[in-house]
Amino acid sequence: MAQIEIRNLRKSFKQDAVLKDLSLNVEKGEIVALFGPSGTGKTVLLRLLAGIYPPDAGTIGLRGRDASGSPPEQRGIGMAFQNFALFPHMTARDNIASALTARKADTAEIARKVDAVARLLKIGHVLNHSPRELSNGQKQRTALARALVADPDILLLDDPLRNVDAKLRYEMRLELPALLKRAGSTVLYVTQDFKEAMALGDRIAVLLDGEIAQCDTPERIYAAPVSIGVARLFGDPTLNLVEVQPKLIDGAPEIVVGGAAIRLPESYAATCGGHYMLGLRPESLYLVDQEAPGTIAADLVAVTPLNEKSVLLFMIEGGSELLASEAGDRDEPRRTGPARLAVDLDAVLLFERGSGRRFVPADNFGARP
Amino acid sequence: MDRMSFIERGLRGLLLTLIVIFFLFPIFWILLMSFQTNEQILRIPPSLRFVPTLDNYKALISGHLITSAGTLDIAFMRNLGNSVLLSTCAVLLSLILGVPAAYAFARFKFRLGEDIAFTLLSFRFAPPLLVLLPLSLYFQDLGLVDTYVGLIWVYQLIALPLILWIVRGYFEDISPDIENAYRIAGHSWARTFFKIAVPLAGPGIAAAGLLSFIFCWNNFVFALILASADKQPVTVGALAFVTASGIQYGQVAAAIVLSVTPTLLLALYAQRWLVAGLSLGAVKG
Repeated sequence: MAQIEIRNLRKSFKQDAVLKDLSLNVEKGEIVALFGPSGTGKTVLLRLLAGIYPPDAGTIGLRGRDASGSPPEQRGIGMAFQNFALFPHMTARDNIASALTARKADTAEIARKVDAVARLLKIGHVLNHSPRELSNGQKQRTALARALVADPDILLLDDPLRNVDAKLRYEMRLELPALLKRAGSTVLYVTQDFKEAMALGDRIAVLLDGEIAQCDTPERIYAAPVSIGVARLFGDPTLNLVEVQPKLIDGAPEIVVGGAAIRLPESYAATCGGHYMLGLRPESLYLVDQEAPGTIAADLVAVTPLNEKSVLLFMIEGGSELLASEAGDRDEPRRTGPARLAVDLDAVLLFERGSGRRFVPADNFGARP
Repeated sequence: MDRMSFIERGLRGLLLTLIVIFFLFPIFWILLMSFQTNEQILRIPPSLRFVPTLDNYKALISGHLITSAGTLDIAFMRNLGNSVLLSTCAVLLSLILGVPAAYAFARFKFRLGEDIAFTLLSFRFAPPLLVLLPLSLYFQDLGLVDTYVGLIWVYQLIALPLILWIVRGYFEDISPDIENAYRIAGHSWARTFFKIAVPLAGPGIAAAGLLSFIFCWNNFVFALILASADKQPVTVGALAFVTASGIQYGQVAAAIVLSVTPTLLLALYAQRWLVAGLSLGAVKG
């Protein structure tokens, strides 16, 4: 039995259906990053799990028992809110201790646990301050400490790094996985940042249009997205999309991109005659020096250096744009002008043009694992 | 403020002084009157030169009013006690009933919720005299005329809507997530109400309580119709100073000074809560 088991959950606000038939299992000790663009109901899902809102339909199982009807205080969950939701009239210490006082622990025990978690999160020196006197980063850590202090076996984190500055976010992104693993809790972590989702999640659950579009490991989500919608959410810059119509030439599937005929692996034979979108990750395009079959004639228009990598913008025949990225450690910068592009055929993604679903080739899932 | 020029500051001070004099002069004049005899008050032209006397206060506190027509017994101190008792009990009862009700109206959407809240507010629309005639008939049947219970009950018409609507606004301003966080931490609904909602709405509750106390204190008609001499508050008791031998201005002034003092002290004492710490700072701005 999964630690968190969500079955056919529905939730609407007035006429607005936020969650439609959502199901998700989270195993014990697993960290699942709940990822999706803003307004897709990630926070609503967390609130349903915490018992703040009642679901319209469907069930929520916690630790193998149906918890759909039980009030928040009986669910034994730790939760950190996006807006921190600290108690303004209590000190940071009392804020953190609030999760323990409900359990009738004795004072010495409470003080010991609060100090321990505060040391872990480096807020020991501000425990006697009121929330008003804390910086955003300290507030965020206090909120996190409050969620962690009672060692809950289920932890819901609602985009806890949203409101902290970039430096702290980076630090916390490094610290959090260890911290969460150490607590051993089952974690549902909401984020809008795909890098955060990939860094923290054992699995990523992609929430799109009120449903879980895909729930898989970060690697597989990136390499084998189920649809254009999911593929677009991951990657910076985002993937290139080109309209193609695969045709069978000499017994092998072939597509035409920017005037160049590109031969696809045999397993794509079934796509011939259909209308597809070709998805190319920027890092699966690379520059070659010589003209060769299957390489695309392109015009390098702009180069954007981004420290560790550069993003290259190409124009190809027909006026489409292609983005490619490459390691940014070149001695001299690329010159704009005519160039030739080759495609890493292992990383090719083909999506049906109507439904947006990815074509899954017969032999494997179509891209590198 | 630092950049204000000397002239600007001078003008500002002058204007503020004028405003203060305009509003406080009547109170100042009453304070002076309370230390004068009727003859000194009524002389023409009025003058600020007089020998202060404590006779007015003595008369009020001892309860014997000496007029040119003889000695009158007045129950001013009893009236004052009645005012304190009636207003305090009325406000306490309103707080006990009104604060949880305000929380319910602020946090929960229920059938007819808005209508009930508006109906309670509408008690403030009706002129009191319109309500009083039927009310006094009912009170006679119920045996509530001339009882403290009856008066405190009627005072709910003044205090309850005020507390309900002011406190409701304060509850609505508290982020529900703060309460949600406390419940998720394992605390019951009731504990959350007393430990989170009530302390955070504290300034609002204090303001509403103070305001309704003043309104109750100043009420006249309810007690005039529904209470007899020994249950009357100061507002009605002051009528006793209109005597056969004329209006006792000196005692009226002293009575005003004595009856204003408790509310004034309360307002001064509660002021810091009314202004202090409304900004929460726990939720991102």
